[in-house]
Amino acid sequence: MSLPRFTFHRLWAIVLKEFIQMKRDRVTFVMMVGIPLMQLMMFGFAINSDPRHLPTALRLGDQGPFARTLIQALRTSDYFSVVHETSSEAEAQRLLQIGDAQFIINIPEDFSRKLLRGERPTVLIEADASDPAATGPALASVNALASTIFNRDLPGPLARLRAKNGPVDFRIHAHYNPENITQYNVVPGLMGVVLTMTMVIITALAITRERERGTMENLLATPVRPFEVMVGKILPYIAVGYIQVTLILLAARFIFHVPMVGSLPLLYAVAFLFIAANLAVGITFSTLAKNQLQAVQMAFFFFLPSILLSGFMFPFRGMPQWAQNVGSCLPNTHFLRIVRGILLKGNGLTEIAPELWPLLAFLVVAMTIGVKRYRQTLD
Amino acid sequence: MAALEKDLAIDVTGVTKRFGDKTVVDAIDLSVRRGEIYGFLGPNGSGKTTFIRMLCGLLTPDAGTGTCLGFDVRTQQAEIKRHVGYMTQKFSYYEDLSIRENLDFIARIYAVPDRGAAVQRSLERLGLTHRSHQLAGQLSGGWKQRLALAACLIHEPKLLLLDEPTAGVDPKARREFWDEIHQLASGGLTVLITTHYMDEAERCHRLAYLAYGHLLTRGTLADVLAAAKLTTWRVTGPDLLALATTLRGQAGVEQVVAFGNTLHVSGRDPARLSAVIATVRESRHDWQPMASGLEDVFISLMDEAKDNFS
Repeated sequence: MSLPRFTFHRLWAIVLKEFIQMKRDRVTFVMMVGIPLMQLMMFGFAINSDPRHLPTALRLGDQGPFARTLIQALRTSDYFSVVHETSSEAEAQRLLQIGDAQFIINIPEDFSRKLLRGERPTVLIEADASDPAATGPALASVNALASTIFNRDLPGPLARLRAKNGPVDFRIHAHYNPENITQYNVVPGLMGVVLTMTMVIITALAITRERERGTMENLLATPVRPFEVMVGKILPYIAVGYIQVTLILLAARFIFHVPMVGSLPLLYAVAFLFIAANLAVGITFSTLAKNQLQAVQMAFFFFLPSILLSGFMFPFRGMPQWAQNVGSCLPNTHFLRIVRGILLKGNGLTEIAPELWPLLAFLVVAMTIGVKRYRQTLD
Repeated sequence: MAALEKDLAIDVTGVTKRFGDKTVVDAIDLSVRRGEIYGFLGPNGSGKTTFIRMLCGLLTPDAGTGTCLGFDVRTQQAEIKRHVGYMTQKFSYYEDLSIRENLDFIARIYAVPDRGAAVQRSLERLGLTHRSHQLAGQLSGGWKQRLALAACLIHEPKLLLLDEPTAGVDPKARREFWDEIHQLASGGLTVLITTHYMDEAERCHRLAYLAYGHLLTRGTLADVLAAAKLTTWRVTGPDLLALATTLRGQAGVEQVVAFGNTLHVSGRDPARLSAVIATVRESRHDWQPMASGLEDVFISLMDEAKDNFS
């Protein structure tokens, strides 16, 4: 009696069969090529942990040449891009709050006078530091600048003004997350990531599974309406989504001590839109996928950019324009801003409105495609 | 006329369904009386399942008209669904739900009045009470089939559409299943059932045979056999394999089938068949005329249809 020995022809039979099956499953094949390409694009080109050209609001109290030099120097550092100029303190604060500006640079009225007197005028730079990774490099560059900016403007006898600490006193005021605690940014952001992952995968699977096992046909032969099937399958997962939101909020509060400045009821209300948007994506995937494996792969295809291009892992503004455009189409990008805005900045409905519309638009589009495709699969 | 129509559970004419440019069901007329067990036979891929799906409101016919339980098959699909029990070919209840949970779910969907009692009755009638908490996925083929039958009867339908309900079920369970079907039919339920088993076909009140989307024959067992005009001889003796090889392919000989130690030789034209037999007849073989079986008739029909439609 001999034990079955290893043979190459049997091994080869299995290898060949696997390749044939791989070739047949078109979606898996596309994913095998598509996912590495996507990762290459995102990690290789899109992600940049040294974000530049950050939108800056300028409150210019002094129009003198020294002020101009200062602005010019900040601009040439590449980190700051002055997109708003305003004299109103309230307006500047609003820009910071809704996220249109990352920084406010306040140049006081007596800037030139104080500078010439050697009184080291104070320039207040206010930063939206809710994501420390986005503001860190820019703020670091300011301090380096301070000592050298006016070397050309203060020649000869004025050179004494350059002083040891530099002629200007840059005061940095980090709003929303003054201690630069990364968790304050990451933990609220995690809410969007967790919801994206579970909601999309679970719905994609739930409906695909029903079709794959043949139970869908049986179900549709009963008086139950297709719409009832879909909503009935979604509702339990909305509940699951809310449990996840609550868990993350509890962890944020009691484990990570994330400040919660804004209104939690508002957050719960907005979360509904976001959960619904992801479920709609899941339904669309479930109508495209032939089996559960494909459904998971498609969900992953959506999940990857939702983590990498949404501003969750890397500063949104550090990405090139095309990546920002892609990111802007993802619901997670907007939901992240809403959650961080509500929790860290205390934003209300008016402040989050600019992020709410894209979310709503995404929901409507995804729902329309999902329902349309879902109907087609029935006949 | 109106009284006659009322007697028909299914009454459709010219029902057609195409998928792309393939006509799967081609202009089928069918009428099934109330309380009748109607057998629907045909090779795999002949359009049986598609036809049933059109009857129960899952698919809309591309052409044709008719009624199912008096409801229009094109426009009143919702009403049809309420009164039809459809058992799919593949077990299609939830394997991760228990027997009772499955029945309870279906009863809820149909809004069965006094649901708890209905589920209990259904469990008792099918003898599933003692295993009602078992997961459906753990059941054997025979028990799964009983569960499926129980589930599609729970809302007391007037018409039962069964798509190969006994595939892969052992003979005893099959016989019990058919006893149950006859009992239900005697109570006034109409049953349309597809099968590949000839013994089951013989247990139906009437039959229809479908191939390549066309209805080739229908009627009672006797009607179908008579209409086929198939002549069959039974041969016994030595070297039957060699004889079979000689006969196959000869003009006038349609089927040469080995049954154990005998050979069945059939043809549609008795005179030509006899002529061929005369050329091969030897004294060591015993030739006896016999009645053609249903299977011979169906295979003959299918070969004929192959020439005409494919």
